Amino acid sequence: MMPEMLWKLLEITIIIALLIPMAAMLVWVERRVIGIWQDRHGPNRVGPFGILQSLADLLKILGKEDWIPPFSDRLVFVLAPIIGAICVLMSFAVVPFSPDIGVSDLNIGLLFFLAMASLAVYSVVLAGWASNSKYALLGGMRAAAQTVSYEVFMGLSVMGVVLLTGTFNLREIVLAQSEGWLIQSQFVGFFIFLVAGIAESHRLPFDLPEAETELTAGFHTEYSGLKFALFFLGEYLGVTLISAMSVVLFFGGWLMPEPLSAWLPPLVWFIIKIMCFVMFFILLRTSLPRPRFDQLLKFGWMVMLPLALLNLMVTALLRLTGVL
Amino acid sequence: MNKEKLANSLIFSQLRTMWLVLKHTFTKADTVQYPEQKPYLAPRYRGRIVLTRDPSGEERCVACNLCAVACPVDCIALQQVVDDDGRKRADFFRINFSRCILCGFCEEACPTYAIQLTPDVELAEYDRQNLVYEKEHLLINGPGKYPDYSFYQQSGIVIAGKGKGEAEQERPPIDIKGLMP
Repeated sequence: MMPEMLWKLLEITIIIALLIPMAAMLVWVERRVIGIWQDRHGPNRVGPFGILQSLADLLKILGKEDWIPPFSDRLVFVLAPIIGAICVLMSFAVVPFSPDIGVSDLNIGLLFFLAMASLAVYSVVLAGWASNSKYALLGGMRAAAQTVSYEVFMGLSVMGVVLLTGTFNLREIVLAQSEGWLIQSQFVGFFIFLVAGIAESHRLPFDLPEAETELTAGFHTEYSGLKFALFFLGEYLGVTLISAMSVVLFFGGWLMPEPLSAWLPPLVWFIIKIMCFVMFFILLRTSLPRPRFDQLLKFGWMVMLPLALLNLMVTALLRLTGVL
Repeated sequence: MNKEKLANSLIFSQLRTMWLVLKHTFTKADTVQYPEQKPYLAPRYRGRIVLTRDPSGEERCVACNLCAVACPVDCIALQQVVDDDGRKRADFFRINFSRCILCGFCEEACPTYAIQLTPDVELAEYDRQNLVYEKEHLLINGPGKYPDYSFYQQSGIVIAGKGKGEAEQERPPIDIKGLMP
């Protein structure tokens, strides 16, 4: 029993040890790619192609004063970024990376992911509240409203997947796609999941909680130093998580069609698919403007929620009649 | 739905925007990688200020103070002295480049083309005091722009080696007490 436990612990450690530098690298990738799309070079000075930019940023941010505003609620202020990072990291526990890598095969893996995504909003709301400043509070309130609205149909959008595969276990969902990826039948569900995922991870065009033009920096206005870095870690891990979940639920996880699957190991295919989604997220950030907040909520409740319900009902109907 | 309406519709316009941005993957960056790759600065670019000399190698500046008056940030300080040969010179001429905004008003104000701006912008210093340029730092060994212009050869001022009426556009002085026309 013990060696098995140790092996599991080692696996968790390795996954975390790879995920966190990857999130840091994503900062560089994003800046570089946005630079290219804006006809610039992006950071290309530190190391070859600027690959060490994140390291330089980290060293600088470590040297910053870890300031806690005197008007803030100290305990909650310190706790909020930690909650954010932990919630996202916990979600990775249920992500099946490859046939034999993956921390946990929870039989309610999908629900666990949804639960953790909902818990992550506490980090933002508490950060906004504890900062005791108007911009942070507004950002936190926006995050709360946005997450509450968007996680409703995020949950509904993946129910189509559950209907078709008959399981909440993410590994089994992937294995059920060996005949064909679920995007074939669940493209509406995928679209809704993606939109909700962008909103959940507070990325443009749904980054209302930290809208720079209106709210300075939103919920993390008062944060600096390492705690600010933790928020950013959470954000980029969130992007990776939503990408990973999209791949797992709709694009067959590590699976690839016959001739391609033999070329590279499953884990590499999985990472390639994730990177495609991450690039898509970055493309969204560079190209789309931010909607007004009431437009965002209206879009959620008036368009996406009915669409998700319709998708679920049609899927159920087709399932019952035996078409799918 | 006609074509224009389709283009303006919400979802299509978003997709089109994303496509247009994605196409920029293959356009060349406009960036000039500065320290390795110098950008082209036009000859009349307004950079570091110099004091020029006339074609005979003498200082053009007559220390008239017009540049110091024109300067909006008051970064020019100078003092006039008259030499034994009749030329006016700046006793000291000081430009504080930590205040200078490189507006070029001094160049426009200068009646003798002495003060000129050059296409050199690399003025950075670690010590702020080093940005205060004295006359010996400002003077160059050439005429800069307007290579043939020499103020004393154009004006009627008498200096050593050039009497009254000997300037380029001057006629010999008329003896107003004589009877000849």
